[in-house]
Amino acid sequence: MPAVSKGDGMRGLAVFISDIRNCKSKEAEIKRINKELANIRSKFKGDKALDGYSKKKYVCKLLFIFLLGHDIDFGHMEAVNLLSSNKYTEKQIGYLFISVLVNSNSELIRLINNAIKNDLSSRNPTFMCLALHCIANVGSREMAEAFAGEIPRILVAGDTMDSVKQSAALCLLRLYKASPDLVLMGEWTSRVVHLLNDQHMGVVTAAISLITCLSSKNPDEFKTCVSLAVSRLSRIVSSASTDLQDYTYYFVPAPWLSCKLLRLLQCYPPPEDGAVKGRLVECLETILNKAQEPPKSKKVQHSNAKNAILFEAISLIIHYDSEPNLLVRACNQLGQFLQHRETNLRYLALESMCTLASSEFSHEAVKTHIETVINALKTERDVSVRQRAADLLYAMCDRSNAKQIVAEMLSYLETADYSIREEMVLKVAILAEKYAVDYSWYVDTILNLIRIAGDYVSEEVWYRVIQIVINRDDVQGYAAKTVFEALQAPACHENMVKVGGYILGEFGNLIAGDPRSSPLVQFNLLHSKFHLCSVPTRALLLSAYIKFINLFPETKATIQEVLRSDSQIRNSDVELQQRAVEYLKLSSIASTDVLATVLEEMPPFPERESSILAKLKKKKGPGAVSVELEDGKERGELNGGGDRGGDAAIAASNASTPSPSADLLGLRSAAPVSGTAPSAGSLLVDVFSEAGPAASSAGVNDDGFLSSAPPSAASEDPAPPLPESDELLNKFVCKNNGVLFENQLLQIGIKSEYRQNLGRMYLFYGNKTSVQFVSFSTIVSCPGELQSQLNVQTKTVEPLVEGGAQVQQVINIECLTDFIDAPLLNIKFRYGGALQNISLKLPVTINKFFQPTEMAAADFFQRWKQLSQPQQEAQKIFKASHGMDTEVLKAKLLGLGTALLENVDPNPENYVCAGVIQTKAQQVGCLLRLEPNAQAQMYRLTLRSSKDTVSQRVCDLLAEQF
Amino acid sequence: LVATGVGAKTYRRIRFILIQNRAGKTRLAKWYMQFDDDEKQKLIEEVHAVVTVRDAKHTNFVEFRNFKIIYRRYAGLYFCICVDVTDNNLAYLEGIHNFVEVLNEYFHNVCELDLVFNFYKVYTVVDEMFLAGEIRETSQTKVLKQLLMLQSLE
Repeated sequence: MPAVSKGDGMRGLAVFISDIRNCKSKEAEIKRINKELANIRSKFKGDKALDGYSKKKYVCKLLFIFLLGHDIDFGHMEAVNLLSSNKYTEKQIGYLFISVLVNSNSELIRLINNAIKNDLSSRNPTFMCLALHCIANVGSREMAEAFAGEIPRILVAGDTMDSVKQSAALCLLRLYKASPDLVLMGEWTSRVVHLLNDQHMGVVTAAISLITCLSSKNPDEFKTCVSLAVSRLSRIVSSASTDLQDYTYYFVPAPWLSCKLLRLLQCYPPPEDGAVKGRLVECLETILNKAQEPPKSKKVQHSNAKNAILFEAISLIIHYDSEPNLLVRACNQLGQFLQHRETNLRYLALESMCTLASSEFSHEAVKTHIETVINALKTERDVSVRQRAADLLYAMCDRSNAKQIVAEMLSYLETADYSIREEMVLKVAILAEKYAVDYSWYVDTILNLIRIAGDYVSEEVWYRVIQIVINRDDVQGYAAKTVFEALQAPACHENMVKVGGYILGEFGNLIAGDPRSSPLVQFNLLHSKFHLCSVPTRALLLSAYIKFINLFPETKATIQEVLRSDSQIRNSDVELQQRAVEYLKLSSIASTDVLATVLEEMPPFPERESSILAKLKKKKGPGAVSVELEDGKERGELNGGGDRGGDAAIAASNASTPSPSADLLGLRSAAPVSGTAPSAGSLLVDVFSEAGPAASSAGVNDDGFLSSAPPSAASEDPAPPLPESDELLNKFVCKNNGVLFENQLLQIGIKSEYRQNLGRMYLFYGNKTSVQFVSFSTIVSCPGELQSQLNVQTKTVEPLVEGGAQVQQVINIECLTDFIDAPLLNIKFRYGGALQNISLKLPVTINKFFQPTEMAAADFFQRWKQLSQPQQEAQKIFKASHGMDTEVLKAKLLGLGTALLENVDPNPENYVCAGVIQTKAQQVGCLLRLEPNAQAQMYRLTLRSSKDTVSQRVCDLLAEQF
Repeated sequence: LVATGVGAKTYRRIRFILIQNRAGKTRLAKWYMQFDDDEKQKLIEEVHAVVTVRDAKHTNFVEFRNFKIIYRRYAGLYFCICVDVTDNNLAYLEGIHNFVEVLNEYFHNVCELDLVFNFYKVYTVVDEMFLAGEIRETSQTKVLKQLLMLQSLE
């Protein structure tokens, strides 16, 4: 038993450990431990005071028992007692016990802090280090409160021993990480930075970690560290391999310190001072040169230490991304490593080259290694190396090599590890789309993907191919032909059936001329797959069938037969049953014209960026995907490509009420066909933008990057008003309160009141998510001539809206003169990093400024006659779109703001109203007559006022209300 | 680990150091992040599962949750350091070796049993070389001198 014999050993402890090791079973071990616990407990409780040695021994045994995985609920007090021993070994065991077992038992913490305090002021460097290590290991807030003021003093005091300085620096770092508010560097900043000049390399090594952390949080305050770091680095790099003695590791001078210095420099942009920059570039060149020199030792430690510095230097070069010469040299160096016999180096070279590929200066240089990388993908034994090779191929892909890379990735997919297949599929899909010159290649690639790795092809991928086929007529015939062929395979993936069903349903006619793919052949082929498919796919196929009936009337009988069969029309799945019933009915009663309209070819999808990209980024995490850096400008308006109503034609016909589970494309709701992407964020949008710009902006950041996602390069112009905003406006003509707008993220409620020509509106913005909205801002604007008609003032809102919270905004409105348009409300905020940009019309309409006017019948008719010039009257005759219930009509007319005059119109069925519109410039009297015709379900609405524009506007507004 | 382990690009640190034998017995666990005991046990088991299946031709790096493990095997012991994904692999790989050389010198040809019987001293060695998740001292001479000085204090 070698250890027992050594030096100071606590014999009792060694015996106990041996006993435990000799236990043959878990039960025996527990028995032995319980015996020991009982023994220790009795010793601690015994009358006889224990000496320091015994106390140390028992506390150490307790610690050992704890480390074996057993709970320890006593001994803390004895451990704390050991802290005040003046013997190092006793103190050390006490501190160790506390560091390992500490919980925030506040009473104990007070005692511990007291002991630490004594040791810190003991001027005994060994005790000081023990105390500092304890703080560094525990790092609790109580400790920060007690010592955050003292430790900086110890760190910079002239008479502090070097080893204590090292511990103090890192101790402070720990406290700063845990409680940054308690560590105030202010007056110490400059002296801490100057520790970079310390003679003792160990002090520099420790202090630089602290400085790096502080610099990344407060770069400006610490920027003097740049020149100091450069000169320190320069001295190390240019030293001979023996100069630094203790700090030379396998002939490499101070490798860890060099790495830390290079890392610190990555907190900053390139030095502005020409001399400093020159010196730094010289260092980087020297490091690159040394990589080419013959090794001073054959040991792997030598080359690892040397290459650790080299890789860190390359990181800095990439971080600067401004020295083409260095970037290309770095790339060449990594190129050599790609073929190195050390797996580690090949791995790291692939990884590092990935970031080089995104620099414009080195992209071409990286591309020259394509064959080597492809070879790595095929032959590396370690899957993580193959993964890096795939990443690099993706990063180096551009138009010139896309076909080669996609082909290689596809062929790799056939044998790829399951763990990376899904990601590979996404990458292939993205590259194929991004670099597709002819879309038949794109279609082939995606269908191949489905064939090779169908299980890993997510919805995003096959939605996307359909979107693209629908949007590009030049590829539709080819796509139909290709899916038709692919479906011939006896076993084809369900995703292939989905794509096939959709595409043949839309474009099967393009290949129907060939008797080998006649309509019936197509139908039979699809239907042969039907029974093996899941419910959503079957639902999709049923929709394809009804489309066939429209495309090919000759298939009608066959398909109706299928729909009519019990397995469809009485299917236990409600969605399938409903589709079968409705499609059957539709095909039997609708005329061919109606059928053709309802089942028309899908309109093109609005162009937007691929949702596949979002998915990949989600998988890889922020900064991991570099290819699409160049596309950053498009990010603001991204929308999940798949969120639009693939089923729109069907939904529009009201022939089916799609349930979420069985929607044709798995889509929740049919968005407006107008093509304006709703700004409401789908999940995909959020995920995507969260990724933010990739690695090249590596500069300054803090730990919590989730909360401080860097702004994406989105367009910040207000979005055009939502297409439905006119409709929303109409909702509020006759009411002042309600919900103006709602999507998955945001709800906007509204309350308003008007008096004379003034109005006040309260907007309530509710965050429906559990995540806060940041950069929340709203702008109310009056477009065009409205500017001179309305005076609108708003208070700004708080830029943060917590999850689940609501903020209020008050808008004051003054009506200067009559108006037609409505003010625009633009709302912008970031949700999980994604810019949301919504524009709505504020429901401020001219009728809001009505003052009701009561008058008798005689007065009414007299005024009515006075307003008899043709332009003073506006009239509309329109069909009722709602019920003609008297009470509802009255409520609406009152809501309009006018007085409803009873017993004025000789016909009791009619309604007449009167009011004065108050504007700053003038008052406009207004009379109204509404004549319902219940039999014809029609209304005649007549408005007369002293101003033609007012008559017309009120008439238009009101006509939409019935 | 995912929730709390978000790392900055420039400021990185060690999350934990583990020494395990092939059977999965822990010989040292040093944590630089707050974990509760169950979580620690889970991490220990996961690391063991990830590391022991790799063969000698593989890299010394393996992705681990949001982090990576840099590890090296010495006889029956795996020395593992968990760091942020962007951290310098080779620097930590040699950091492990530097540490092992110090242990070897300190215990005169270190073996697994030395770490078992002197577990409380191993913690001292670790604290001399790594503190608060950072590299504190890299000079073997300096570390050993300090350790011998402490050894002499009785």
